[in-house]
Amino acid sequence: MSTSTVGHAVDERTYAAYSRPLWWRVVMTREFAMIVLLGVVYLWATGNVASFDGPLALYYLFLDIAPILMIALPMTLIIITGEIDLSVASTMGLSSVLVGIFHADLGLSIPAAAVCALAIGTACGALNGVLVGYVGLPSLAVTIGSLALFRGIAGGLLGTEAITDYPEQWTDLAKERLFGPVEGGYSGGWLGPVTEPASYPLVLVPIVVLAVVFGVLLHATSFGRGIYEIGLNEQAAKFSGVDVARTKLLLFAIAGAVSAFAGVYYTLRFGSARGDNAEFLELQVIAAVLLGGVSIFGGRGALPGVLAGVLLIGIVSSALRLEDVSSNVINIVIGVLLVLSVISTSLLAWISGLRVARTKSDHPTKGNQR
Amino acid sequence: MAEAASGHPPILELSEVAKSFGPVLALRSGRLEVGPGSIHALVGENGAGKSTLVKVIAGVYRRDGGGFRFRGADVDFGSTGESKNAGIAVIYQEPTLFPDLSVTENIFMGRQPTRSGRRIDYPAMYAEAERIFGRLGVAIDPRRIADGLSIADQQIIEIAKAISLDATLLVMDEPTAALSSVEAERLFTIARALRDEGRAVVFISHRLEEVFGLCDTVTVMRDGAYVGTRAIAETSTDEVVSLMVGREVADLFPKAEAAIGDVVLEVDGLTAAGEFHDIGLTVRAGEIVGLAGLVGAGRSEIARAVFGVDGYDAGSVRMNGVPVPPRSPRASIRAGMALVPEDRRQQGLVIDQSVARNVSAAIRGRLTTLGLLLGRAENRVAAPWAGRLEVKTSALDMDASTMSGGNQQKVAIAKWLATEPKLLIIDEPTRGIDVGTKSEVHRLLSDLAGRGMAVLMISSELQEVLGMADRVYVVCEGRITAELGRDEATPDAVMHAATHVGGHLAGATHADEKVLA
Repeated sequence: MSTSTVGHAVDERTYAAYSRPLWWRVVMTREFAMIVLLGVVYLWATGNVASFDGPLALYYLFLDIAPILMIALPMTLIIITGEIDLSVASTMGLSSVLVGIFHADLGLSIPAAAVCALAIGTACGALNGVLVGYVGLPSLAVTIGSLALFRGIAGGLLGTEAITDYPEQWTDLAKERLFGPVEGGYSGGWLGPVTEPASYPLVLVPIVVLAVVFGVLLHATSFGRGIYEIGLNEQAAKFSGVDVARTKLLLFAIAGAVSAFAGVYYTLRFGSARGDNAEFLELQVIAAVLLGGVSIFGGRGALPGVLAGVLLIGIVSSALRLEDVSSNVINIVIGVLLVLSVISTSLLAWISGLRVARTKSDHPTKGNQR
Repeated sequence: MAEAASGHPPILELSEVAKSFGPVLALRSGRLEVGPGSIHALVGENGAGKSTLVKVIAGVYRRDGGGFRFRGADVDFGSTGESKNAGIAVIYQEPTLFPDLSVTENIFMGRQPTRSGRRIDYPAMYAEAERIFGRLGVAIDPRRIADGLSIADQQIIEIAKAISLDATLLVMDEPTAALSSVEAERLFTIARALRDEGRAVVFISHRLEEVFGLCDTVTVMRDGAYVGTRAIAETSTDEVVSLMVGREVADLFPKAEAAIGDVVLEVDGLTAAGEFHDIGLTVRAGEIVGLAGLVGAGRSEIARAVFGVDGYDAGSVRMNGVPVPPRSPRASIRAGMALVPEDRRQQGLVIDQSVARNVSAAIRGRLTTLGLLLGRAENRVAAPWAGRLEVKTSALDMDASTMSGGNQQKVAIAKWLATEPKLLIIDEPTRGIDVGTKSEVHRLLSDLAGRGMAVLMISSELQEVLGMADRVYVVCEGRITAELGRDEATPDAVMHAATHVGGHLAGATHADEKVLA
């Protein structure tokens, strides 16, 4: 665009676009560290854990972490704005119950039931979004409330029952695989030859599509820049013309929709709609997002790191489970991993803070006065 | 203190003080000698090393080299506690008090007088606070909580703290930047009283009229080094300014004549309960309109409402005759408005984001290709604007937080100029900017108006308003009390309108009401 309307006749300064070479900007990031760590853990697991390199391990791994992978995407965006959504697992449970009821009691086909559940999930998210964005309530309080509310509705609708009767074509689709055979159970691959050693669940296709969409939205659109600005300085974002309330509403509504989709998947994968489906899943999602390098204070983080974070938690728990480690120990390992990751973020911030303090010369800064 | 008259050996002697941060030499050779019973001004452009020098005195930083003598003894403070115990108090621009504690508790924090059983002796504490306030001649209830005190009163609490510690040296780091002229005058009275008690005061300010009105000696710094010390009686503003910038400064207010065109902004009957009432004003293309008044008169609130950051209860805002919807900065930007807010660090830019992203923040929407926004596009727009404002940074991806305050200001202004607005609202254009850059900003505003931009300038500096504006609206207690043309706008007329909302003007509602001194 033309920018030659104002200025002095002074010769203008020129600026380098970047202060560091490309490799530095790629390698010296939290995301890169996570991906390297993920690679190391994966190699260790394939080398040392019996049957981890088998064709089934990755297939079941992805089948299990699919809901976390999906919900981590909108959760990343929400946490970057400095908010949080604790109600995602409840929305997922509610959506699961609704699919069951719509299908079994109202006689809707699975796609129709899924669309209805998706719409209601979006509305649930939008409710959070209105309360946070337009009413201005803290998301922590709002979504603790809606966590209980949505889970309560789900429990109220089904009680302790489970709806377990679904057409096989749909339950199979949820477990469908892309390449290679799966021992026992299913006939021939959906794609590709039967001899391929590794196999992946079909659900990875929508996940990859969603990941690309969210990645572009966050990292390469004006909307995404607004998300970071809100997290770093909401007031300045407002002054720059970012519609803060609408952005938050949209993000929470999207989180509701994706959670509902995860609920549909979960129902079909286990062939069971229950009021307590996916309980406490929100904690695993948030843990993975933070492990992936997103700051709980908002404004910092990137999607590749989050994906690595989810996969890391998945691989560690899957490998340990195959090693017959008890689930308590797995929880301890993951908990320690998470705490270490949070400490490492603060440590990095502290170190770069020292660097900045050193390069900064003399000017009044409110922050470092005593 | 025994020594009260001047001519005594100095209380504070700094010589050849150096301090570097990594490779950056913030202070090359700082020198400062302050005698007892003296108010000593320390001036210099942003980045001259004043704050670093103050932090060495305060014990925040340890000097790398040079001499530091206090009350005749060599000292080397490793912490703020050590300097405090030695008798040095530093009053910052924005004091940090405990908002939920009483004023008295703040003064005696950490060293409350106790009775038997380590119980705090509240009566003694209140009595002492009352005594200090009496000495300072201020009416602050020692029992009130600190929350809600004006910045001026908060500084007075800090000064009271210094007196209760019997500090012999008070350093005031830009204390008047956020004060109204009445509050500043009260602070000066206190500073003079402290001087008369034989204490030494170091006063840092960008406002040279304050330096000449208050101080007896001035030390000038430039680029981290001592330039010179002068007795105020034997120097002039021009000499001090040229010492500060190292060259003769061109006219501070380079106002160029500009062709005045059509009405760009038209505000009519704008009212927000409790903030401002029935505001009507117009700004034409090529015109610089000043919005004068005291701090707290409601000028910034008017600007925020016009721009749509805040809402309003009644009235209308039009750009080029087209109504601008309320409560939408986005719509205002689209209509061609730009607002450089008063608090640039909090509102004007995102301090933890890169220069490129900050400069392109308000026009991101226009930079997309197929909905995608790429860093390359942001850099392409940011580079020329950063260059035009001579932003000092090594690369466009450096965070604004790594830059000096003056450069952050430039980034905030560049961001709004990049929108190529038809109307620029600029709130306190030169707050916190050093003398050299000040005239740069004034030249820029004049230049922008010359190219047909409408400029609405909010300023608390009377000289700036009178020097730059074609027309001045004076705001007092949320109402426009006068509209003055360039010829009518004298300091008396503006100050009169800024301080007289009452009397026969209480019902004044229209912009064309005129007040003459």
